[in-house]
Amino acid sequence: MDLRELYQEVILDHGKNPRNHRFPAHYNREGRGYNPLCGDKITLRLQLDGERITDVGFMGQGCAISQASCSTMTEAIKGKSVAEVEQMFSKFHTMLTSDEGPAEDLDSLGKLAVFAGVREFPMRVKCATLGWHTLNQALKHENGEATTE
Amino acid sequence: MTEISLMASSSAALFDVHRAREDFPALHQEVHGKPLVYLDSAATALKPQSVIDAVVDVYARDCANIHRAVHLLSQRATARYEDAREKVRSFVNAAKKSEVVFTRGTTEAINLVAQSWGRSYLREGDEILIAELEHHSNIVPWQILCQQTGAKLVVVPMTDRGEVSSEAFEKQLSGRTRLVALAHVSNALGTVLPVTNLIRLAHDRGAVVLLDGAQAVSHVDVDVQALDCDFYAFSGHKLYGPTGIGALYGKERLLDGMPPYQGGGDMIRSVTFEETIYNDLPYKFEAGTPNIAGAIGLGAAIDYFESFDAQAVHAHETAVLRYATDALGSVPGVRLIGTAPAKVAVLSFLMDSVHPHDIGTIVDSEGVAIRTGHHCAQPVMEHFGVAATARASLGMYNTTEDIDALVSALCQVRELFG
Repeated sequence: MDLRELYQEVILDHGKNPRNHRFPAHYNREGRGYNPLCGDKITLRLQLDGERITDVGFMGQGCAISQASCSTMTEAIKGKSVAEVEQMFSKFHTMLTSDEGPAEDLDSLGKLAVFAGVREFPMRVKCATLGWHTLNQALKHENGEATTE
Repeated sequence: MTEISLMASSSAALFDVHRAREDFPALHQEVHGKPLVYLDSAATALKPQSVIDAVVDVYARDCANIHRAVHLLSQRATARYEDAREKVRSFVNAAKKSEVVFTRGTTEAINLVAQSWGRSYLREGDEILIAELEHHSNIVPWQILCQQTGAKLVVVPMTDRGEVSSEAFEKQLSGRTRLVALAHVSNALGTVLPVTNLIRLAHDRGAVVLLDGAQAVSHVDVDVQALDCDFYAFSGHKLYGPTGIGALYGKERLLDGMPPYQGGGDMIRSVTFEETIYNDLPYKFEAGTPNIAGAIGLGAAIDYFESFDAQAVHAHETAVLRYATDALGSVPGVRLIGTAPAKVAVLSFLMDSVHPHDIGTIVDSEGVAIRTGHHCAQPVMEHFGVAATARASLGMYNTTEDIDALVSALCQVRELFG
């Protein structure tokens, strides 16, 4: 088990200095995420214009993995359509959890591929997906909290 | 050297930790290619071979239901189960065996008291007093009871060192306080509460007192008659016994006046569709086939624990705790949470801005097992303004070398997070 596989430079950097760590001035969707295992909490707000996410930001606290995952996610989804984002989450999730190993086209995930190492740490998969579950909830306009459980 | 520390060190010399370690098979393994350093005994203690053997032997030899059949296997299983009850009685020094009820653990024991005693005797406006440092299992059952009865939950605040003072406690006691439910030892902070004094104050006001002893039984002496507590709840698995077994001690007078917690087999004397007559204590509270092997395993754990001089074991753990407190204090950026002078076996800590979950994963890769999270004590986390802490906790088998391994693993954390 190599810790550097998990804590890649990109992750350490985004964990320490998360991008889009602010609420957008205008937003029409909000999601709140909570990981009962560790108490991590995030609030995600985004502006959905038609089918496209035009702005997104988040606030909250958590471990390096959850913060970095949220941070890279906000970068990746800005300007994308809901359908594109759903596809991205699906690939991301498969990369972390599939028994068959990560999907063949990790390149299409861009920077998000740095989280591939998390699959070796099953207890941490929820940290890496908290932001995405919260995003899902925000897009579906569901009330309540997204949890990783 | 003061007289007390001299006594402590001579007492510690009576306990050979390296010999004791031989009894715990789980200690002798590698994780991630490193020798296991187990510092999570507050979550669950490892089991000595004698406990494992006792459980295996029940299923291999005396596999039968208890209190039922006349055949030999059932007689043997019944005798061993009741023998385990006697061991628990003697271990906590209850006056009678009938005052010891086997439960699934501390949580079920507390729920039993809440639902049986609480629902029978609490009325709207009555108060239940707990402390700020309680484990969720000594909070939520009372909240449920409050919803059912209209009683009110009152909380004694703790200090920033994690102490519950008699003065703060007394302030919250009122003429409506009917029940006081307190941790004997805090699981998140390690604080030992001044229970003798608190019980006396509560009794002066006529309140019934329950102690949550989950974290206490393996680290401090428990004598329910000397404490004069009305109920005492604990789990086997934190006392080097199996999971899924624990016990509730209750004063006979109180248990007698309580209705059954669950209905079923073994808790009855006679059943017709018109009327059911309940069994005597403690069977009234043990509906259904119990965890027979678990109870016998708990008996074996008590035998194992009592094969040592308890004072010597406690002195050893105190010495390791002191060493660990100094060692962690010297790691740059580490801050201990919970610094009460009366404290056992637990070191909750934070490290700069590194999240406890990241600390946990990194030290695990060095073979060091610690707990990270809120430790089922979210109000404690709230008091200190954090979402989680890292927690190293001790058992009798831990050594100063284990602490050195933790400190060295924490250096890895620093290296990675800079």
